[in-house]
Amino acid sequence: MSSIKIRTKRMKETTQIRMLIAHPMQHGQTQDKVTHFPIPAQFIRVLTVTCNQKVVVSCELGDGAAKDPYFAFMLKDGKAGDKITVNWLDNLGNTDSEEHIVK
Amino acid sequence: MPHNRRTFLKNTMLLTVFTWLHTPSAHAQLADNFVPDVLDGAAKSDIIDTDKIDIKLPKIAEKGAAVPITVSSSLDNIHTISLWVEKNPIPLVAIFRLSSQLEAFVSARLTMAETSDVVVLVETRDAVYRAKEQVKIIIGGYGC
Repeated sequence: MSSIKIRTKRMKETTQIRMLIAHPMQHGQTQDKVTHFPIPAQFIRVLTVTCNQKVVVSCELGDGAAKDPYFAFMLKDGKAGDKITVNWLDNLGNTDSEEHIVK
Repeated sequence: MPHNRRTFLKNTMLLTVFTWLHTPSAHAQLADNFVPDVLDGAAKSDIIDTDKIDIKLPKIAEKGAAVPITVSSSLDNIHTISLWVEKNPIPLVAIFRLSSQLEAFVSARLTMAETSDVVVLVETRDAVYRAKEQVKIIIGGYGC
């Protein structure tokens, strides 16, 4: 199952795109409570949102984004049938992407 | 077999120290891929404080682990929106490069270490604008 959930909502003149990504977003500064070893950093570095294969947002993230990050953006005049793709890459090289069609 | 208890212990210890030293640190990795070129624009022209950036943030957040933020703006020709938390170990949280197809609207969730100002920088074609707001944190989100 994909780690990304996308929801879109068409409003009068805009389309809201919301996404929720399941990701630990470890900033590398916490310790394991039992072993006291540092928990290695694992966070999303790059997030890209495309609409009909054109990049609308490219985002560089640091370690300050919360666990299971949530983002929302507003698209000017989106139409039904627009294809939204969300793609992320984390510092360990893992990636995931998900497609969604605006209703 | 030379593998006795003593060598086993020695090897385990070496391995542990090795893994500890090689745990990737967030700081080192961020230094590589997080060159704040947002500030290149700021170096050219001064940062202008403005009230045209609307920040929605809670005044008091009980837990710093997830603080919701919504930024919208009435400025034109926006290139990037960046979010900074002043007292985090790494203040720069995110840079959003918005295309012209998008409204000036971004919503996200931050992790905050302690009570501090949240600064939003908006880079337009000709200048860099700034707005900030303070959030009080009761339990910091960075743990230890």
